[in-house]
Amino acid sequence: MGSTVPRISRRPSHLDPPRVGVPRWIFLPALAGAAFVLLPLVGILSRVEWGNFAELITSDASRQALLLSLKTSSLSTLACIVLGVPMAVVLARTRFPGQGLLRSLVLLPLVLPPVVGGIALLYTFGRRGLLGHTLDVLGLQIAFSTAAVVMAQTFVALPFLVVSLEGALRTAGRQYEVVAASLGARPTTVFRRVTIPLVLPGLLSGAVLSFARSLGEFGATITFAGSLQGTTRTLPLEIYLQREVNADAAVALSLVLVVVAVLVIGLARQGRTSL
Amino acid sequence: MKRRFTTIAVIALACGTAACGADTSDAGGGPSGSSTASGGSKITVYAAASLKSTFEHLGQSFEKAHDGTTVEFNFAGSSDLVSQIKGGAPADVFASADEKNMTKLTADKLHGSDPKVFATNTLEIATPPDNPAGVTSLKDLADKDITLVVCAPEVPCGAATGKVAKAAGITLSPDSEEQSVTDVLGKVKSGEADAGLVYVTDVIGAGDAVKGIEFPESTAVTNRYPIATVAVSRNAALGQQFVDLVLSDEGQKVLADAGFGRP
Repeated sequence: MGSTVPRISRRPSHLDPPRVGVPRWIFLPALAGAAFVLLPLVGILSRVEWGNFAELITSDASRQALLLSLKTSSLSTLACIVLGVPMAVVLARTRFPGQGLLRSLVLLPLVLPPVVGGIALLYTFGRRGLLGHTLDVLGLQIAFSTAAVVMAQTFVALPFLVVSLEGALRTAGRQYEVVAASLGARPTTVFRRVTIPLVLPGLLSGAVLSFARSLGEFGATITFAGSLQGTTRTLPLEIYLQREVNADAAVALSLVLVVVAVLVIGLARQGRTSL
Repeated sequence: MKRRFTTIAVIALACGTAACGADTSDAGGGPSGSSTASGGSKITVYAAASLKSTFEHLGQSFEKAHDGTTVEFNFAGSSDLVSQIKGGAPADVFASADEKNMTKLTADKLHGSDPKVFATNTLEIATPPDNPAGVTSLKDLADKDITLVVCAPEVPCGAATGKVAKAAGITLSPDSEEQSVTDVLGKVKSGEADAGLVYVTDVIGAGDAVKGIEFPESTAVTNRYPIATVAVSRNAALGQQFVDLVLSDEGQKVLADAGFGRP
């Protein structure tokens, strides 16, 4: 700058946002925080028995647990989308009395210990639960089945999708929907052609979070669904059990779970930037 | 949105991969029981989860007999406790639910006194109070239509279950293999399972919540509970006195009342 006179075409400099640096000291706690999160991962890596790693993670029990985890997490993510998208739309786009309270209640599984979620599911869908008799009449036995695992995962993962998508819907605003409606589009058309494409990145990240949360689900599953190889014993349950007898296998499987989780988050970020 | 995404991602992963809530069940474990008194001496007893009620009882009479002393407990699965002691946890006394886990301690020379068996436990069938499936014997459990829950073969009660089934010449097809005997009991109490195999002491401890059915084949497998002081103990003398209390007539009576067998 100095003596040069600003050109007319340039905006007056006092409207330019000043460059604000972050205070230097903030790097210290930030670094400590990062180390706190990353060091345990190093801890796991340091304990992995690389010599028989392949053998440990390809045992029958491990493979079945991983496959079951991927299968149930995919199904529960699907369930989260089917149930969560309408919930997010209703919460973000409508107003009715008690909405705030309802939102808080719907988000409850976020803060509830998963074991409590499992107990709640048990007393609702269990054999002697609230709906147990009705389900029995219909010939449905949920306890100790893979369906119970999917229900437990959906219960804990659903709020992640609803929160993400509701935020995306509010950020996107209503302008495009209003325009579409004023051009004669019916609500369903607006929803399908405008709303959903607009919030697709939010929906994607919500789905990925639900998947990640389902993948790690432990407490609600072991309480509600039980633990049987190939049917209800997902990867986290297998890790917890292996700890009893074979710490090496538990560590190896933990690493597998960490890698899958990192891949999922990484893919999601990739997907978001390309969208 | 990006920031929101990242925040939630962190929560999701923290909760998820760390299996949150796992420790709220019965596996977890910081010391519980009596609070630390300033001044007086203190011992920390690591004991198998099945010893909770009896050892808390004995802890109270120990504190009464030794003025100014506090006894802290850490109750968890025996293998969890051994891993904690191996990791340097400050235990003075270790009481295991089976000899296998005590051997893990002695193999590493982490024991103080030589382990002594102070109690035994056998398996019993537990059903909901109304016994909906009409179970009367161990053989009934081989019926595939019965919703059966047992311990996983990897944990002591599951190993005992396997041996009992083998001795009786039957094949069990459980609907779930749980992590601990408390989990099995929970599934039976809630009526989710028609029957489960647990220890005699669990049935007595559960009171009216479950019905116990003894079976003759149970004598084939007896779990023996050993106790010893721990090498790292800073208060070995006091720890030894607690061990002596458990082995004394008073200790044996408390254990017998809870359903434990004599060594």
